[in-house]
Amino acid sequence: MKMIYVDNISKKFGSLEVLKDISLEVKKGEVISIIGPSGSGKSTFLRSLILLEQIDKGRIEIEGIPISAFDDKGKRISLPRKDVKDGVRKMGMVFQNFHLFPHKTVLENVIEAPIIVNKLDKKEAVSLGEELLKKVGLLDKKDSYPSQISGGQKQRVAIARALAMKPDIMLFDEPTSALDPELVGEVLGVIKNLAKENMTMLIVTHEMGFAKEVSDRVVFMDKGEIIEDAPPNKLFNNPDHPRIKAFLEKILK
Amino acid sequence: MSDILGMIIYILKGSLITLKLYIVTIVLSIPLGVLGALGKISKSKLLSSFVGFYTWIFRGTPLLLQLFFIYFGLPHFLGINFSKFQAASLTFILNYGAYFTEIFRGGILSIDKGQYEAAKVLGLSYPQTMRRIILPQTIRRVLPATSNEAITLVKDTALVTAISMEDLLRNANQIVAREYTIIPFVIAGVIYLVLTSIIVWIFRKLEEKYSIYE
Ligand SMILES: Nc1ncnc2c1ncn2[C@@H]1O[C@H](COP(=O)(O)OP(=O)(O)OP(=O)(O)O)[C@@H](O)[C@H]1O
Ligand SMILES: [Mg+2]
Repeated sequence: MKMIYVDNISKKFGSLEVLKDISLEVKKGEVISIIGPSGSGKSTFLRSLILLEQIDKGRIEIEGIPISAFDDKGKRISLPRKDVKDGVRKMGMVFQNFHLFPHKTVLENVIEAPIIVNKLDKKEAVSLGEELLKKVGLLDKKDSYPSQISGGQKQRVAIARALAMKPDIMLFDEPTSALDPELVGEVLGVIKNLAKENMTMLIVTHEMGFAKEVSDRVVFMDKGEIIEDAPPNKLFNNPDHPRIKAFLEKILK
Repeated sequence: MSDILGMIIYILKGSLITLKLYIVTIVLSIPLGVLGALGKISKSKLLSSFVGFYTWIFRGTPLLLQLFFIYFGLPHFLGINFSKFQAASLTFILNYGAYFTEIFRGGILSIDKGQYEAAKVLGLSYPQTMRRIILPQTIRRVLPATSNEAITLVKDTALVTAISMEDLLRNANQIVAREYTIIPFVIAGVIYLVLTSIIVWIFRKLEEKYSIYE
């Protein structure tokens, strides 16, 4: 079963082509790391999948449900709203800067969407929230406000908050880039556990060791294109493309 | 001595009118400001320019002129008659609603766009995002400016003297004219001070309450 099917998508910001004919398929339980130089379109790609950005061309399907599509003439196909919503809801997203709700406690952050969107009753939501906070090791912080916890803890709350909507797919956009080095490990640990539970994940990251360890495939993006998509061993040790070699040498030195 | 007591009672009676106008204005102009702000940031050009026109008029002309216009002008043009209190309330609500619209709009726009994105990927609709995520955070940011307006309003209510409403200031003024003493002005001043101090105190409490998460 294809969890994500991306067919020839393109995206421009004004005249700047940020994504150029990108295609990608992701199977259930696959963990895919996306690496590449700054400005290569990694964030835009993830954001397009969850419709924070609108593509200009191509087709995106989530678990078989088209959520963005164009016909042969390049005209946008209007899709049933409910299907699009259902498709998008299969994904959760974690941002570089967490974007926790500052006026809500840790627990309230986690249970907000289940209550408001899924209409879960408060008691069920709280027990779900507590279970997830336990999973990310933060049950003791449930009554703290985001301003009272560390960056690594914030990011773990953000992960719990996304998981509370029971997504089949998790998208991570540089989840550790805003963190002090000593806090990176705790967040990567949580993501590794999700990988063990067979969560389907797309992770944009600069942590090469982590990408090597956790991914089934590594996708290298450059100037809006996927220039290689290969298992980590191949991509890190013997990439086809000289640009990848140069990038890795620069980043690993 | 009983003279002064009589004066105080008479002036306090005027204060009740002032207070009533104050409360009506605050209670209705704040929600009007929230709606105005949402209208002004809305994607509908029509709605946002309508709100823009409204704030342009009400922030760009004197409050006293607006009061005269609504009390003397509207009956003349439209044949609608307002009591003094109705005219004053309507004017103050519209005028303060315009200022609150601008204050709240600024507050809403100051919220990081990451908050909208986080809410969106969790499946919250735009109204849900506004109600649950954006507006609650806006409250804290607009409290200082709102508090300033709330204090100014106490003093602006004195303008209704100009349409002979029997408010705090007019009652004080009447005694002054009749008895050649300025004591009523002192009494009025003290009452205004008490009112503004209460407002300041309430807003300080609100700011404390909303600062817990920062
Ligand atoms: N909203 C936007 N409007 C205009 N240009 C944008 C917008 N968002 C991104 N871009 C541009 O698109 C290009 C790709 O940006 P993107 O953020 O996807 O890159 P990235 O690979 O995630 O980079 P980084 O590693 O720095 O996060 C960049 O040149 C960026 O300046
Ligand atoms: Mg990025």
